Amino acid sequence: MYVAVKGGERAIENAHAWLAEERRGDTSVAELSVAQIREQLALAVNRVMAEGSLYDPDLAALAIKQARGDLIEAIFLIRAYRTTLPRFGATRPVETGEMVCDRRISATFKDAPGGQVLGPTFDYTHRLLDFKLAAEGEVPEAPKADPRSESTPHITEFLQGEDIIQREPESEAVPGDLTRQPMSFPAGRDVRLQSLTRGDEGFILGMAYSTQRGYARNHAFVGELRIGTVAVEMEIPELGFAIEIGEVELTECETVNQFKGSKTEPPQFTRGYGLVFGQTERKAIAMALVDRALRWRELGEDFLGAAAQDEEFVLSHSDNIQATGFLEHIKLPHYVDFQSELELVRKLRREAGVDDEAREAAE
Amino acid sequence: MASEEKIGAAEAARRSWMGLLARAPEARLRELWQGYGAVPGFDWLRRPEVGAVMVRGRMGGTGAPFNLGEMTVTRCSLTLEDGTVGHAYVQGRDKAKAEAAALIDALMQTPAAAAVRAVVLDPLESGMAAAKQTRAAKSAATKVDFFTLVRGED
Repeated sequence: MYVAVKGGERAIENAHAWLAEERRGDTSVAELSVAQIREQLALAVNRVMAEGSLYDPDLAALAIKQARGDLIEAIFLIRAYRTTLPRFGATRPVETGEMVCDRRISATFKDAPGGQVLGPTFDYTHRLLDFKLAAEGEVPEAPKADPRSESTPHITEFLQGEDIIQREPESEAVPGDLTRQPMSFPAGRDVRLQSLTRGDEGFILGMAYSTQRGYARNHAFVGELRIGTVAVEMEIPELGFAIEIGEVELTECETVNQFKGSKTEPPQFTRGYGLVFGQTERKAIAMALVDRALRWRELGEDFLGAAAQDEEFVLSHSDNIQATGFLEHIKLPHYVDFQSELELVRKLRREAGVDDEAREAAE
Repeated sequence: MASEEKIGAAEAARRSWMGLLARAPEARLRELWQGYGAVPGFDWLRRPEVGAVMVRGRMGGTGAPFNLGEMTVTRCSLTLEDGTVGHAYVQGRDKAKAEAAALIDALMQTPAAAAVRAVVLDPLESGMAAAKQTRAAKSAATKVDFFTLVRGED
Protein backbone atom coordinates (compact mmCIF):
# COMPACT_ATOMS: atom_id res chain seq x y z
CA MET A 1 0.00 0.00 0.00
CA TYR A 2 1.30 3.45 -0.90
CA VAL A 3 0.04 6.69 0.55
CA ALA A 4 1.58 9.96 -0.61
CA VAL A 5 2.97 11.95 2.28
CA LYS A 6 4.60 15.35 2.01
CA GLY A 7 7.40 16.68 4.08
CA GLY A 8 11.15 16.60 4.46
CA GLU A 9 11.96 19.03 1.63
CA ARG A 10 14.17 21.16 3.83
CA ALA A 11 15.89 18.15 5.33
CA ILE A 12 16.59 16.80 1.83
CA GLU A 13 17.95 20.13 0.60
CA ASN A 14 20.20 20.47 3.60
CA ALA A 15 21.38 16.87 3.26
CA HIS A 16 22.39 17.51 -0.36
CA ALA A 17 24.19 20.72 0.60
CA TRP A 18 26.14 18.79 3.21
CA LEU A 19 26.83 16.03 0.66
CA ALA A 20 28.41 18.64 -1.64
CA GLU A 21 30.59 19.88 1.20
CA GLU A 22 31.62 16.39 2.26
CA ARG A 23 32.40 15.53 -1.36
CA ARG A 24 34.86 18.41 -1.45
CA GLY A 25 36.40 17.28 1.86
CA ASP A 26 39.02 19.33 3.68
CA THR A 27 39.45 22.54 1.67
CA SER A 28 43.08 22.85 2.75
CA VAL A 29 43.69 19.85 0.46
CA ALA A 30 43.79 20.62 -3.28
CA GLU A 31 40.63 19.78 -5.22
CA LEU A 32 40.77 16.78 -7.54
CA SER A 33 40.26 17.61 -11.22
CA VAL A 34 38.33 15.45 -13.67
CA ALA A 35 41.50 15.19 -15.79
CA GLN A 36 43.44 13.89 -12.75
CA ILE A 37 40.84 11.19 -12.20
CA ARG A 38 40.86 10.27 -15.90
CA GLU A 39 44.64 10.00 -16.03
CA GLN A 40 45.53 8.68 -12.58
CA LEU A 41 42.53 6.53 -11.65
CA ALA A 42 42.25 5.11 -15.16
CA LEU A 43 41.20 1.62 -14.08
CA ALA A 44 38.29 3.01 -12.05
CA VAL A 45 37.35 5.07 -15.11
CA ASN A 46 37.52 1.91 -17.23
CA ARG A 47 35.24 0.00 -14.90
CA VAL A 48 32.68 2.81 -14.94
CA MET A 49 32.76 2.92 -18.75
CA ALA A 50 32.40 -0.88 -19.03
CA GLU A 51 29.53 -1.26 -16.57
CA GLY A 52 27.97 2.10 -17.45
CA SER A 53 28.10 0.74 -21.02
CA LEU A 54 29.26 4.08 -22.43
CA TYR A 55 32.79 4.70 -23.66
CA ASP A 56 33.71 8.27 -22.68
CA PRO A 57 36.64 8.62 -20.25
CA ASP A 58 35.90 12.26 -19.34
CA LEU A 59 32.28 11.52 -18.46
CA ALA A 60 33.27 8.46 -16.42
CA ALA A 61 35.86 10.55 -14.53
CA LEU A 62 33.25 13.24 -13.82
CA ALA A 63 30.84 10.58 -12.57
CA ILE A 64 33.50 9.19 -10.21
CA LYS A 65 34.11 12.66 -8.81
CA GLN A 66 30.40 13.33 -8.36
CA ALA A 67 29.89 9.91 -6.73
CA ARG A 68 32.78 10.48 -4.27
CA GLY A 69 34.49 7.38 -5.64
CA ASP A 70 31.44 5.10 -5.22
CA LEU A 71 31.81 3.27 -8.53
CA ILE A 72 28.32 1.77 -8.61
CA GLU A 73 26.85 5.24 -8.00
CA ALA A 74 29.10 6.53 -10.81
CA ILE A 75 27.89 3.74 -13.12
CA PHE A 76 24.32 4.73 -12.22
CA LEU A 77 25.05 8.34 -13.29
CA ILE A 78 26.49 7.15 -16.61
CA ARG A 79 23.55 4.84 -17.29
CA ALA A 80 21.14 7.70 -16.59
CA TYR A 81 23.10 10.06 -18.87
CA ARG A 82 23.25 7.59 -21.76
CA THR A 83 19.47 7.35 -21.89
CA THR A 84 19.42 11.07 -22.82
CA LEU A 85 21.61 10.59 -25.91
CA PRO A 86 20.10 10.03 -29.34
CA ARG A 87 21.42 6.82 -30.94
CA PHE A 88 23.08 7.59 -34.31
CA GLY A 89 23.43 3.95 -35.27
CA ALA A 90 25.57 0.90 -34.72
CA THR A 91 29.17 0.36 -35.75
CA ARG A 92 30.70 -2.41 -37.78
CA PRO A 93 31.96 -5.13 -35.44
CA VAL A 94 35.43 -4.13 -34.19
CA GLU A 95 38.29 -6.24 -35.55
CA THR A 96 40.21 -7.34 -32.47
CA GLY A 97 42.68 -9.23 -34.70
CA GLU A 98 43.84 -5.76 -35.84
CA MET A 99 44.20 -4.49 -32.26
CA VAL A 100 47.25 -2.36 -31.48
CA CYS A 101 48.21 -4.33 -28.39
CA ASP A 102 49.73 -2.84 -25.24
CA ARG A 103 49.58 -6.27 -23.67
CA ARG A 104 49.17 -9.73 -25.11
CA ILE A 105 49.81 -12.95 -23.27
CA SER A 106 48.93 -16.60 -23.72
CA ALA A 107 48.90 -19.22 -21.00
CA THR A 108 48.77 -22.01 -23.61
CA PHE A 109 51.53 -21.23 -26.17
CA LYS A 110 54.90 -20.00 -24.98
CA ASP A 111 56.21 -19.19 -28.45
CA ALA A 112 53.10 -17.68 -30.05
CA PRO A 113 53.87 -15.34 -32.97
CA GLY A 114 53.95 -11.82 -31.58
CA GLY A 115 55.30 -13.18 -28.31
CA GLN A 116 54.31 -12.75 -24.70
CA VAL A 117 54.03 -9.00 -24.19
CA LEU A 118 53.36 -8.04 -20.57
CA GLY A 119 52.33 -4.40 -20.98
CA PRO A 120 51.73 -2.17 -17.94
CA THR A 121 50.67 -4.99 -15.62
CA PHE A 122 50.33 -5.51 -11.85
CA ASP A 123 51.40 -9.15 -12.41
CA TYR A 124 54.76 -10.01 -10.82
CA THR A 125 54.66 -6.95 -8.58
CA HIS A 126 55.17 -7.83 -4.92
CA ARG A 127 51.95 -6.27 -3.70
CA LEU A 128 53.86 -4.34 -1.09
CA LEU A 129 52.66 -0.81 -0.41
CA ASP A 130 54.95 1.66 -2.14
CA PHE A 131 55.45 4.58 0.22
CA LYS A 132 57.32 6.49 -2.47
CA LEU A 133 53.91 7.18 -4.03
CA ALA A 134 52.93 9.07 -0.89
CA ALA A 135 55.50 11.68 -1.84
CA GLU A 136 55.43 13.65 -5.07
CA GLY A 137 58.15 12.80 -7.54
CA GLU A 138 59.04 12.44 -11.18
CA VAL A 139 58.42 9.05 -12.76
CA PRO A 140 61.26 7.91 -15.02
CA GLU A 141 60.19 7.18 -18.60
CA ALA A 142 59.56 3.51 -19.36
CA PRO A 143 62.17 1.70 -21.47
CA LYS A 144 61.54 1.26 -25.20
CA ALA A 145 62.38 -1.37 -27.80
CA ASP A 146 61.76 -1.79 -31.51
CA PRO A 147 58.04 -2.34 -32.01
CA ARG A 148 56.45 -4.87 -34.36
CA SER A 149 54.78 -3.29 -37.33
CA GLU A 150 52.52 -6.21 -38.28
CA SER A 151 49.30 -7.02 -36.42
CA THR A 152 49.28 -9.72 -33.75
CA PRO A 153 47.35 -12.85 -34.80
CA HIS A 154 44.81 -14.46 -32.50
CA ILE A 155 46.14 -17.57 -30.77
CA THR A 156 43.02 -19.61 -31.56
CA GLU A 157 43.87 -19.28 -35.28
CA PHE A 158 46.69 -21.77 -34.76
CA LEU A 159 44.39 -24.36 -33.23
CA GLN A 160 41.81 -23.83 -35.92
CA GLY A 161 44.25 -25.07 -38.56
CA GLU A 162 44.07 -28.49 -36.91
CA ASP A 163 40.29 -28.28 -36.47
CA ILE A 164 40.91 -29.20 -32.86
CA ILE A 165 38.99 -26.20 -31.52
CA GLN A 166 35.35 -25.39 -32.07
CA ARG A 167 34.89 -22.76 -34.81
CA GLU A 168 32.89 -19.62 -34.30
CA PRO A 169 30.04 -19.73 -36.85
CA GLU A 170 30.33 -16.79 -39.23
CA SER A 171 27.32 -14.53 -39.34
CA GLU A 172 26.32 -10.95 -40.01
CA ALA A 173 22.98 -11.27 -38.21
CA VAL A 174 21.80 -8.12 -36.41
CA PRO A 175 22.41 -8.83 -32.72
CA GLY A 176 19.77 -8.45 -30.03
CA ASP A 177 20.05 -5.33 -27.87
CA LEU A 178 18.97 -5.55 -24.24
CA THR A 179 18.83 -1.75 -24.02
CA ARG A 180 16.00 -1.85 -26.57
CA GLN A 181 14.16 -5.12 -26.00
CA PRO A 182 13.56 -6.60 -22.56
CA MET A 183 15.55 -9.78 -21.95
CA SER A 184 13.72 -13.06 -22.49
CA PHE A 185 14.88 -16.60 -21.84
CA PRO A 186 16.46 -18.62 -23.27
CA ALA A 187 18.65 -15.72 -24.42
CA GLY A 188 20.92 -15.91 -27.47
CA ARG A 189 24.68 -15.79 -26.95
CA ASP A 190 24.65 -12.24 -28.42
CA VAL A 191 22.43 -10.94 -25.62
CA ARG A 192 24.30 -13.00 -22.99
CA LEU A 193 27.60 -11.42 -24.03
CA GLN A 194 26.09 -7.92 -23.99
CA SER A 195 24.73 -8.57 -20.52
CA LEU A 196 28.01 -10.01 -19.21
CA THR A 197 30.22 -7.22 -20.56
CA ARG A 198 28.15 -4.57 -18.72
CA GLY A 199 27.54 -6.79 -15.68
CA ASP A 200 28.97 -6.15 -12.22
CA GLU A 201 32.63 -7.14 -12.03
CA GLY A 202 32.27 -8.64 -8.57
CA PHE A 203 29.25 -10.71 -9.54
CA ILE A 204 30.82 -12.02 -12.77
CA LEU A 205 34.04 -12.75 -10.89
CA GLY A 206 32.14 -14.74 -8.23
CA MET A 207 30.23 -16.71 -10.87
CA ALA A 208 33.45 -17.46 -12.78
CA TYR A 209 35.18 -18.55 -9.56
CA SER A 210 32.31 -20.92 -8.80
CA THR A 211 32.98 -22.75 -12.09
CA GLN A 212 36.65 -23.09 -11.15
CA ARG A 213 35.72 -24.51 -7.75
CA GLY A 214 33.67 -27.25 -9.38
CA TYR A 215 30.16 -25.93 -9.99
CA ALA A 216 29.78 -26.83 -13.68
CA ARG A 217 33.50 -27.29 -13.98
CA ASN A 218 34.85 -26.45 -17.44
CA HIS A 219 38.60 -26.35 -16.94
CA ALA A 220 39.66 -23.14 -18.67
CA PHE A 221 43.05 -22.03 -19.97
CA VAL A 222 43.57 -18.43 -20.93
CA GLY A 223 44.33 -19.06 -24.59
CA GLU A 224 44.90 -15.38 -25.02
CA LEU A 225 44.49 -12.12 -23.21
CA ARG A 226 45.06 -8.89 -25.10
CA ILE A 227 44.63 -5.23 -24.22
CA GLY A 228 44.94 -2.41 -26.72
CA THR A 229 43.10 -0.09 -29.06
CA VAL A 230 40.92 -0.85 -32.04
CA ALA A 231 39.44 1.48 -34.63
CA VAL A 232 35.66 1.87 -34.60
CA GLU A 233 34.06 2.10 -38.06
CA MET A 234 30.52 3.01 -38.96
CA GLU A 235 28.58 3.31 -42.21
CA ILE A 236 27.61 6.95 -42.68
CA PRO A 237 24.36 7.21 -44.66
CA GLU A 238 25.05 10.74 -45.93
CA LEU A 239 28.43 9.60 -47.31
CA GLY A 240 27.45 6.18 -48.61
CA PHE A 241 30.57 4.53 -47.15
CA ALA A 242 32.10 3.66 -43.78
CA ILE A 243 34.60 5.82 -41.92
CA GLU A 244 36.47 5.49 -38.65
CA ILE A 245 34.57 7.47 -36.04
CA GLY A 246 37.04 6.89 -33.25
CA GLU A 247 38.99 4.26 -31.38
CA VAL A 248 38.41 2.44 -28.11
CA GLU A 249 40.62 0.58 -25.69
CA LEU A 250 39.43 -2.98 -25.14
CA THR A 251 40.41 -6.07 -23.18
CA GLU A 252 39.77 -9.38 -24.91
CA CYS A 253 40.07 -12.82 -23.35
CA GLU A 254 39.66 -16.12 -25.14
CA THR A 255 39.61 -19.23 -23.06
CA VAL A 256 40.33 -22.69 -24.40
CA ASN A 257 38.36 -25.34 -22.55
CA GLN A 258 38.74 -29.08 -22.35
CA PHE A 259 35.79 -30.86 -23.92
CA LYS A 260 35.35 -34.61 -24.13
CA GLY A 261 32.59 -34.34 -26.69
CA SER A 262 28.85 -34.66 -26.27
CA LYS A 263 25.85 -36.17 -28.02
CA THR A 264 26.14 -33.51 -30.71
CA GLU A 265 29.79 -32.37 -30.75
CA PRO A 266 33.10 -34.26 -31.33
CA PRO A 267 35.90 -34.15 -28.73
CA GLN A 268 37.65 -30.83 -29.26
CA PHE A 269 38.52 -27.68 -27.41
CA THR A 270 35.70 -25.23 -26.86
CA ARG A 271 35.86 -21.51 -26.29
CA GLY A 272 34.69 -18.87 -23.88
CA TYR A 273 34.85 -15.22 -24.83
CA GLY A 274 35.28 -11.99 -22.92
CA LEU A 275 35.41 -8.50 -24.46
CA VAL A 276 35.19 -5.44 -22.24
CA PHE A 277 35.74 -1.67 -22.62
CA GLY A 278 39.04 -0.40 -21.23
CA GLN A 279 41.85 -2.15 -19.43
CA THR A 280 39.67 -4.53 -17.43
CA GLU A 281 41.35 -7.92 -17.48
CA ARG A 282 39.86 -9.49 -14.36
CA LYS A 283 36.42 -8.79 -15.78
CA ALA A 284 37.30 -10.06 -19.28
CA ILE A 285 38.69 -13.36 -17.96
CA ALA A 286 35.67 -13.82 -15.67
CA MET A 287 33.31 -13.02 -18.54
CA ALA A 288 34.94 -15.69 -20.72
CA LEU A 289 34.51 -18.34 -18.01
CA VAL A 290 30.86 -17.47 -17.43
CA ASP A 291 30.20 -17.30 -21.19
CA ARG A 292 31.60 -20.84 -21.50
CA ALA A 293 29.49 -22.13 -18.59
CA LEU A 294 26.33 -20.66 -20.15
CA ARG A 295 27.01 -22.43 -23.46
CA TRP A 296 26.12 -25.90 -22.12
CA ARG A 297 22.93 -26.12 -24.16
CA GLU A 298 24.46 -25.33 -27.55
CA LEU A 299 27.38 -27.71 -26.88
CA GLY A 300 25.05 -30.57 -25.89
CA GLU A 301 26.37 -30.72 -22.30
CA ASP A 302 24.28 -31.68 -19.29
CA PHE A 303 22.75 -29.06 -17.02
CA LEU A 304 24.39 -29.82 -13.69
CA GLY A 305 22.22 -27.47 -11.67
CA ALA A 306 25.08 -25.01 -11.15
CA ALA A 307 24.25 -21.33 -10.75
CA ALA A 308 26.78 -20.34 -13.45
CA GLN A 309 24.93 -22.52 -16.01
CA ASP A 310 21.57 -20.97 -15.20
CA GLU A 311 21.26 -18.02 -17.57
CA GLU A 312 18.14 -16.68 -15.93
CA PHE A 313 19.98 -16.61 -12.60
CA VAL A 314 23.18 -15.09 -14.04
CA LEU A 315 21.69 -12.54 -16.42
CA SER A 316 18.92 -11.41 -14.08
CA HIS A 317 21.35 -10.68 -11.24
CA SER A 318 24.50 -9.41 -12.99
CA ASP A 319 23.37 -5.83 -13.49
CA ASN A 320 24.48 -3.78 -10.49
CA ILE A 321 22.18 -0.86 -11.29
CA GLN A 322 19.08 -3.05 -11.33
CA ALA A 323 20.32 -4.82 -8.23
CA THR A 324 21.20 -1.72 -6.27
CA GLY A 325 17.97 -0.01 -7.29
CA PHE A 326 15.88 -2.82 -5.88
CA LEU A 327 18.10 -3.44 -2.88
CA GLU A 328 18.36 0.19 -1.83
CA HIS A 329 14.70 1.06 -2.31
CA ILE A 330 13.92 -0.82 0.90
CA LYS A 331 15.61 1.95 2.91
CA LEU A 332 13.10 4.52 1.61
CA PRO A 333 9.97 5.21 3.66
CA HIS A 334 7.71 2.16 3.96
CA TYR A 335 5.86 3.49 7.00
CA VAL A 336 2.41 2.38 5.89
CA ASP A 337 3.54 -1.07 4.71
CA PHE A 338 5.27 -1.55 8.02
CA GLN A 339 2.27 -0.28 9.99
CA SER A 340 0.09 -2.99 8.43
CA GLU A 341 2.75 -5.66 9.14
CA LEU A 342 2.88 -4.47 12.73
CA GLU A 343 -0.89 -4.80 13.06
CA LEU A 344 -0.73 -8.29 11.59
CA VAL A 345 2.03 -9.57 13.86
CA ARG A 346 0.24 -8.12 16.95
CA LYS A 347 -2.95 -9.88 15.89
CA LEU A 348 -1.15 -13.21 15.35
CA ARG A 349 0.54 -12.91 18.74
CA ARG A 350 -2.82 -12.22 20.39
CA GLU A 351 -4.31 -15.26 18.71
CA ALA A 352 -1.36 -17.43 19.78
CA GLY A 353 -1.69 -16.12 23.31
CA VAL A 354 2.00 -15.20 23.39
CA ASP A 355 1.47 -11.88 25.14
CA ASP A 356 -0.62 -13.49 27.90
CA GLU A 357 2.11 -16.04 28.59
CA ALA A 358 4.76 -13.30 28.59
CA ARG A 359 2.71 -11.26 31.04
CA GLU A 360 2.22 -14.24 33.32
CA ALA A 361 5.95 -15.02 33.23
CA ALA A 362 6.74 -11.42 34.14
CA GLU A 363 4.35 -11.55 37.08
CA MET B 1 36.83 1.98 -65.42
CA ALA B 2 39.42 4.73 -64.97
CA SER B 3 36.78 7.07 -63.54
CA GLU B 4 35.62 4.36 -61.11
CA GLU B 5 39.18 4.03 -59.88
CA LYS B 6 39.33 7.79 -59.50
CA ILE B 7 36.14 7.75 -57.42
CA GLY B 8 37.58 4.90 -55.36
CA ALA B 9 40.78 6.84 -54.69
CA ALA B 10 38.86 10.01 -53.80
CA GLU B 11 36.66 8.03 -51.40
CA ALA B 12 39.70 6.35 -49.81
CA ALA B 13 41.36 9.74 -49.31
CA ARG B 14 38.22 11.17 -47.72
CA ARG B 15 37.83 8.12 -45.47
CA SER B 16 41.40 8.62 -44.38
CA TRP B 17 41.11 12.29 -43.36
CA MET B 18 37.68 11.87 -41.77
CA GLY B 19 39.02 8.96 -39.71
CA LEU B 20 42.04 11.00 -38.66
CA LEU B 21 39.81 13.91 -37.60
CA ALA B 22 37.46 11.58 -35.69
CA ARG B 23 40.33 10.17 -33.61
CA ALA B 24 42.24 13.45 -33.23
CA PRO B 25 43.00 14.72 -29.71
CA GLU B 26 40.67 17.71 -29.25
CA ALA B 27 43.24 20.20 -27.98
CA ARG B 28 45.74 19.44 -30.76
CA LEU B 29 43.11 19.76 -33.51
CA ARG B 30 41.91 23.06 -32.05
CA GLU B 31 45.46 24.41 -31.96
CA LEU B 32 46.26 23.38 -35.56
CA TRP B 33 42.91 24.64 -36.85
CA GLN B 34 43.50 28.03 -35.23
CA GLY B 35 46.92 28.02 -36.92
CA TYR B 36 45.19 27.67 -40.30
CA GLY B 37 43.57 31.04 -39.62
CA ALA B 38 40.98 31.80 -42.28
CA VAL B 39 37.69 30.21 -41.20
CA PRO B 40 35.55 30.14 -44.34
CA GLY B 41 31.92 31.28 -44.34
CA PHE B 42 29.41 28.44 -44.14
CA ASP B 43 25.80 27.50 -43.41
CA TRP B 44 24.74 24.69 -41.15
CA LEU B 45 22.97 21.72 -42.68
CA ARG B 46 22.92 20.06 -39.29
CA ARG B 47 24.22 21.82 -36.20
CA PRO B 48 26.60 19.85 -33.94
CA GLU B 49 24.68 17.16 -32.10
CA VAL B 50 26.01 14.87 -29.37
CA GLY B 51 24.81 11.28 -29.47
CA ALA B 52 25.86 7.69 -29.03
CA VAL B 53 26.62 4.82 -31.33
CA MET B 54 26.39 1.18 -30.35
CA VAL B 55 29.82 -0.43 -30.69
CA ARG B 56 29.72 -4.06 -31.76
CA GLY B 57 32.15 -6.90 -31.26
CA ARG B 58 32.26 -10.45 -32.59
CA MET B 59 31.84 -13.67 -30.59
CA GLY B 60 35.27 -15.23 -30.22
CA GLY B 61 36.73 -12.27 -32.13
CA THR B 62 35.64 -13.72 -35.49
CA GLY B 63 32.03 -14.95 -35.17
CA ALA B 64 28.59 -13.39 -35.10
CA PRO B 65 28.21 -9.76 -33.93
CA PHE B 66 27.04 -8.72 -30.46
CA ASN B 67 26.47 -5.32 -28.86
CA LEU B 68 29.40 -4.33 -26.65
CA GLY B 69 28.26 -0.91 -25.43
CA GLU B 70 27.90 2.63 -26.66
CA MET B 71 30.40 5.44 -27.23
CA THR B 72 29.82 9.16 -27.48
CA VAL B 73 30.02 10.78 -30.90
CA THR B 74 29.35 14.34 -32.12
CA ARG B 75 28.21 14.95 -35.68
CA CYS B 76 27.42 17.93 -37.86
CA SER B 77 27.12 18.91 -41.53
CA LEU B 78 27.63 22.23 -43.26
CA THR B 79 28.03 23.80 -46.67
CA LEU B 80 30.64 26.34 -47.69
CA GLU B 81 29.66 29.42 -49.69
CA ASP B 82 30.66 27.65 -52.91
CA GLY B 83 28.24 24.81 -52.07
CA THR B 84 30.82 22.23 -50.96
CA VAL B 85 29.37 19.99 -48.25
CA GLY B 86 31.42 18.92 -45.24
CA HIS B 87 30.45 16.22 -42.73
CA ALA B 88 31.88 15.26 -39.38
CA TYR B 89 31.42 12.27 -37.08
CA VAL B 90 33.97 12.62 -34.29
CA GLN B 91 34.51 10.72 -31.06
CA GLY B 92 33.50 12.49 -27.85
CA ARG B 93 31.24 15.43 -27.01
CA ASP B 94 33.25 18.40 -28.29
CA LYS B 95 31.04 20.43 -30.65
CA ALA B 96 33.90 22.76 -31.61
CA LYS B 97 35.91 19.72 -32.68
CA ALA B 98 33.02 18.51 -34.85
CA GLU B 99 32.67 21.96 -36.43
CA ALA B 100 36.39 22.15 -37.24
CA ALA B 101 36.32 18.59 -38.63
CA ALA B 102 33.35 19.34 -40.92
CA LEU B 103 35.00 22.56 -42.19
CA ILE B 104 38.24 20.69 -42.84
CA ASP B 105 36.30 17.91 -44.62
CA ALA B 106 34.70 20.54 -46.86
CA LEU B 107 37.93 22.46 -47.52
CA MET B 108 39.71 19.21 -48.44
CA GLN B 109 37.33 18.99 -51.43
CA THR B 110 38.31 22.49 -52.65
CA PRO B 111 41.51 24.05 -54.02
CA ALA B 112 42.45 24.85 -50.39
CA ALA B 113 43.14 21.13 -49.84
CA ALA B 114 46.93 21.35 -50.17
CA ALA B 115 47.18 24.18 -47.65
CA VAL B 116 44.84 22.44 -45.16
CA ARG B 117 46.81 19.22 -45.49
CA ALA B 118 50.13 20.99 -44.90
CA VAL B 119 48.98 23.12 -41.96
CA VAL B 120 46.49 20.82 -40.22
CA LEU B 121 46.33 17.20 -41.39
CA ASP B 122 50.02 16.39 -41.83
CA PRO B 123 51.14 17.70 -38.42
CA LEU B 124 48.09 16.09 -36.80
CA GLU B 125 48.84 12.75 -38.43
CA SER B 126 52.55 12.77 -37.62
CA GLY B 127 51.87 13.72 -33.98
CA MET B 128 49.34 10.90 -33.59
CA ALA B 129 51.65 8.42 -35.34
CA ALA B 130 54.54 9.41 -33.05
CA ALA B 131 52.39 8.92 -29.92
CA LYS B 132 51.30 5.52 -31.19
CA GLN B 133 54.89 4.57 -32.02
CA THR B 134 56.07 5.54 -28.52
CA ARG B 135 53.40 3.36 -26.95
CA ALA B 136 54.26 0.45 -29.24
CA ALA B 137 57.95 0.83 -28.31
CA LYS B 138 57.16 0.72 -24.58
CA SER B 139 54.99 -2.35 -25.17
CA ALA B 140 57.79 -4.03 -27.17
CA ALA B 141 60.16 -3.49 -24.24
CA THR B 142 57.89 -5.68 -22.08
CA LYS B 143 58.11 -8.68 -24.42
CA VAL B 144 59.40 -11.76 -22.63
CA ASP B 145 62.62 -13.38 -23.86
CA PHE B 146 62.57 -16.99 -22.72
CA PHE B 147 65.79 -18.83 -22.10
CA THR B 148 66.45 -22.35 -20.95
CA LEU B 149 68.51 -22.83 -17.84
CA VAL B 150 71.49 -25.16 -18.18
CA ARG B 151 70.54 -28.41 -16.52
CA GLY B 152 72.96 -30.29 -14.34
CA GLU B 153 72.60 -33.81 -15.77
CA ASP B 154 75.77 -33.89 -17.88
